[in-house]
Amino acid sequence: MGKQATRITVNGKSHARVVEARLTLADFLRHELGLTGTHLGCEHGVCGACTVLVDGHTARSCLMFAVQANGSEVTTVEGLAADGELSVLQQAFMDNHGLQCGFCTPGMLITLTELLRDNAEPSEAEVREALTGNLCRCTGYAGIVKAALDAAQRLRGGTPSQPSPASGGGR
Amino acid sequence: MKPAPFDYHAPRHLKEAAELLATLPNVKILAGGQSLVPMMNFRYVIVDHLVDLGHVDDLRGIAVIDGRLRIGAMMRQRDLETSPEVARHCPLLAEALRHVGHRQTRNRGTIGGSLAHADPAAELPAVCAAYDAVLHLASIRGLRSVPFREFSLGFMTTALAPDEMIAAIELPIWRSGHGHGFHEFARRHGDFALAGAAALLDIGAGNVVRGAALAVFGVAEQPVRVDAAEAALTGKAIGSTAIQNAAAAAWLVEPISDIHAGGDYRRHLAQVLSVRALTDAARRAGVDG
Repeated sequence: MGKQATRITVNGKSHARVVEARLTLADFLRHELGLTGTHLGCEHGVCGACTVLVDGHTARSCLMFAVQANGSEVTTVEGLAADGELSVLQQAFMDNHGLQCGFCTPGMLITLTELLRDNAEPSEAEVREALTGNLCRCTGYAGIVKAALDAAQRLRGGTPSQPSPASGGGR
Repeated sequence: MKPAPFDYHAPRHLKEAAELLATLPNVKILAGGQSLVPMMNFRYVIVDHLVDLGHVDDLRGIAVIDGRLRIGAMMRQRDLETSPEVARHCPLLAEALRHVGHRQTRNRGTIGGSLAHADPAAELPAVCAAYDAVLHLASIRGLRSVPFREFSLGFMTTALAPDEMIAAIELPIWRSGHGHGFHEFARRHGDFALAGAAALLDIGAGNVVRGAALAVFGVAEQPVRVDAAEAALTGKAIGSTAIQNAAAAAWLVEPISDIHAGGDYRRHLAQVLSVRALTDAARRAGVDG
């Protein structure tokens, strides 16, 4: 059935492909472009692992068809680090034990990138609400919330908080 | 977890969309896709054709016309959540939107899509029930207007004909200074509510209620207006006892039972949440109960 010519700019680079209409944006990123940083957990819009930015707004890439993103600009987790340098948020995840197995991390990073862009000083409650659409099955939310608040502070020009002990309380 | 193959259509104009819907076999509308695409991924829904309304400009926009807020059906939930017009004229809608799914799904999900999907636990149909919104439905036969009480027919069932789409939603603007309240109970923020209540109160001199609307959702197979509560409140002075007594009528809504909650629990929630929603509405209208 119908194939469609589709052009999507991903992390600043334009890609043109002829794809099946049923190909999700997530599978386009992973299989057509080899950008496997976008993870697929549930494939029905519950886990949030596949979250990407579409024209600057978070979206679950398993709930969009690639043809819908024709002409759009997409940012994936691979687009967060500039020239091999981790973003402030990524560094804060490292420093605060914000990841364990790492499966949910790409979606967490994208979701929080949007939050911190729109809200320079989020409260802990706002961070937790923003994360309700992203599941972590290592139960690592404590470290993730801490990382988000730390990154917000660093982005405001404050000093980074002391990294937590490696034991990573809350796990 | 991959959808079955289909052909994709992206019309630019309403007329073109209506013609596609009238002529293509086994066709469905793609609005925001936040409910339809999961169903397609599971292959609960298998279509031959998908008509994406995302590029139809006629279906977007917000305007105040003759005392009503008119919202294009393809307006994204997030855009409505942050719209100054919605906050000013229909604050109940703005408050309810914060409970709809998550930011990621509200960035894509549309108001028209939610109304057409008609999940009994969804917030936006409940808001339309409380306002008794008028829905404008478009097809090749032209436009028709349907009040929400005639649009909502039952469990995930609406008055939409197979080739019809929602073009716009009109909410009556309540008098400035009216109060609103919205409460729901869900296990986690963003989950579907086990039950919820949406309330509007217009209160005049002597704290006398000039107009009241109370809708409960997640309780029955579709959002339900609690007429008896509205009648009990209207024309009388409001206070915490009046609210408690009126909200007791929410107990009479015939509840559904499922694995998430039994009927009696849903009824209990409906009553408690109705009290909270009405209390907020009264407070925002300037009455501390």
